[in-house]
Amino acid sequence: MAQEPADLPAWSLPAGAGERISIGVEWPERVTRDWAFGGATGKGVRVCILDSGIEPGHPRVGGIQGAVAFARGEGEDEEVEVVEDTEGDLCGHGTACAGIVRQLAPECSLFSARVLGAGFKGSGPILLAGLRWAVDQGFDVINMSLSTTKRQFAELLHELADTAYFNRTVLVASAHNMPVESYPWRFSSVISVGSHEEPDPMTFFYNPSPPVEFFARGVGVEIAWLGGGTILSTGNSFATPHMSAICALVLSKHPELTPFQLKNVLYLTANNVGGET
Amino acid sequence: MSDLRAAVAAGALGSEESYRELLQSIVEVARSIFDARASSVFLFDEESDELVFEAVAGEGAGELVGQRFPSSTGIAGWVLVTRQPLVVEELDKDPRFAREAAESTGFVPKGLMAVPLLHEDNALGVLEVLDRPQKAAFSLAEMELLGKFANEAAIALDLLQKARAARTVLEDEGAEADALARFAARLDEAEPEKREAALQLLDALGKLLRER
Repeated sequence: MAQEPADLPAWSLPAGAGERISIGVEWPERVTRDWAFGGATGKGVRVCILDSGIEPGHPRVGGIQGAVAFARGEGEDEEVEVVEDTEGDLCGHGTACAGIVRQLAPECSLFSARVLGAGFKGSGPILLAGLRWAVDQGFDVINMSLSTTKRQFAELLHELADTAYFNRTVLVASAHNMPVESYPWRFSSVISVGSHEEPDPMTFFYNPSPPVEFFARGVGVEIAWLGGGTILSTGNSFATPHMSAICALVLSKHPELTPFQLKNVLYLTANNVGGET
Repeated sequence: MSDLRAAVAAGALGSEESYRELLQSIVEVARSIFDARASSVFLFDEESDELVFEAVAGEGAGELVGQRFPSSTGIAGWVLVTRQPLVVEELDKDPRFAREAAESTGFVPKGLMAVPLLHEDNALGVLEVLDRPQKAAFSLAEMELLGKFANEAAIALDLLQKARAARTVLEDEGAEADALARFAARLDEAEPEKREAALQLLDALGKLLRER
């Protein structure tokens, strides 16, 4: 399919050509939640859960559109390989995240990219390979309820986060509630998420004191649990998919939004800005 | 020999035990503050890619230390690989988890809080607090408090690992190095007068060795 002019990178703008830059979004005088995602279901939006996999057929998740796994070959210097995932979810973390996205954005397309579960050793290169794959696939939203503390990966993660941002892929990542340096949530090209204590899944706040940019529901959340059940849990890991789902809702109603514009919509509809309280 | 000097300087021989005591004290205090049934610290063993019980307070104390399991399994495993603190409640509702927990630790917790132990850019292990009283809903203030314990435990775990690494260096250098290290430890413990005399003797020994 040929790219629309607005999708091509523009390096400069000739005199009088301002009209040629089509924004593609009819912005209302006041951005409300109703305009942003009222009646939206997430339909048409592709969300990738970069995590521990997704349990097939979990009632909280339903059908998914694809699942891959990343693993290193047997040898010391083997490259990370991508294979079709046949194991589902070994620990439950990814299924829990997928369940939250499905609950709030019931008609979005869910994909699983398993980067966790094969042991802790060597998990950095696997995480990088998984994120690179997800960015290359051009998903609309990538949910990352995880991070790495290894500085050696920070630069590559930063490049990937920026590539995603400019290619209209929204990277939503769990922040830390401890003062530690970890990535990629600290980068300004991602949407970083911490927890609030309110029980409403659609309540979210913009944080004027970054690096954490948004707070979403993360305390006492009923999450999907391995074996088809549910359990009560707390953590930024589960605040993040709430924000991913809200992104999916907005994008399903306004697919032409860039990540920059989407962040603006989130800001304007946050409960402590213009959103309903 | 620079590693050896560093090891001797760190007083490696006595310090490992002290850091273990510090870790034990951290889990004891964490258990008391949260009024919990048990608390444990798991060390991530990089070589075997496993989590090891390093200190346990309350239920399981005395039996679990040294037990191991693969680094990405269980809730401690989630926390290690995602670097994200996590609280899970109503665990006893899940028969699979209950069976696994009973097999590995001897009891089934109703709920647990787990937080990664991060120091500099390393994930060193996990701190868990099991079965806090569920009178009130879990709050973010508790998560913050747990994070503070985690910082302390991470520093203790880092020191413990360094002391162990130093001891390994000493052992690898053989009996001579061990003798030197023991001498350094004794010197460190000696009263000032004896210490002064020992240093003079050492100085004289050095001169003797330099002579042809």
